[in-house]
Amino acid sequence: MRRWLAIAAFLLACGFLIMGALALRPFGKPARAEMDEYFNRFSQPEVAANNAVTAIVFDYRGYDTLGEATVLFVAVTGVALILRRLGK
Amino acid sequence: MTVVVRTISRILLPVGLAFGGYVVMHGHLTPGGGFQGGAVAASALALVIVAFGAASLKGKKGLLSVLESLGGVAFAALGFLGLGVTFFANVLAGAGGLFGRPVPYGPNPGDLNTAGTLPLMNWAVGFKVLAGLSAVVLLFALFGGKDDR
Repeated sequence: MRRWLAIAAFLLACGFLIMGALALRPFGKPARAEMDEYFNRFSQPEVAANNAVTAIVFDYRGYDTLGEATVLFVAVTGVALILRRLGK
Repeated sequence: MTVVVRTISRILLPVGLAFGGYVVMHGHLTPGGGFQGGAVAASALALVIVAFGAASLKGKKGLLSVLESLGGVAFAALGFLGLGVTFFANVLAGAGGLFGRPVPYGPNPGDLNTAGTLPLMNWAVGFKVLAGLSAVVLLFALFGGKDDR
């Protein structure tokens, strides 16, 4: 019984994934391209960085990177907390 | 580990650290940046931990902790530097001083002295990721298993 339930859930998830993949837009043709064109045009004159990805990650979306750094810090803190207790 | 692994990792440690530093330093010109370069350098330290045992780096836990905190604080402080405009505004870019040379639009050979606060943030995040990832690996190696303490 559980096995059939698992197979049905698997097939259902696969069906949703395949439907989603079929509904994707063609590669390189986003629904709205204004933001991409803005970054392509202005990341060099505004941020003075040749690497547009770094310009986005550290300048336009600096908050996001701050969150990433916080996630890393929390992960290290959690590992230290748990393993220190185990080590004693 | 055996003498072969130890010798090879002794050779590869400076190579890995130098490549990580290169990726961090050129983060605003070539693909890569703080996170990627820090992860490369941390993989070199993980190699040392695997080859020589965790006890060889046990005394460095304080240094790693200080480095990670310093990187995080420096990153946030560089964000606060642009508070006159907005948080994370790039006040040094194109301003002439440190990392302040302007960049023309279009393909160009690239110049290390550009991009304002981005290289400084790359270094801060690079040290933070290096210290954080190697601290995790070191803690796993020190306390994770029963053998090879």
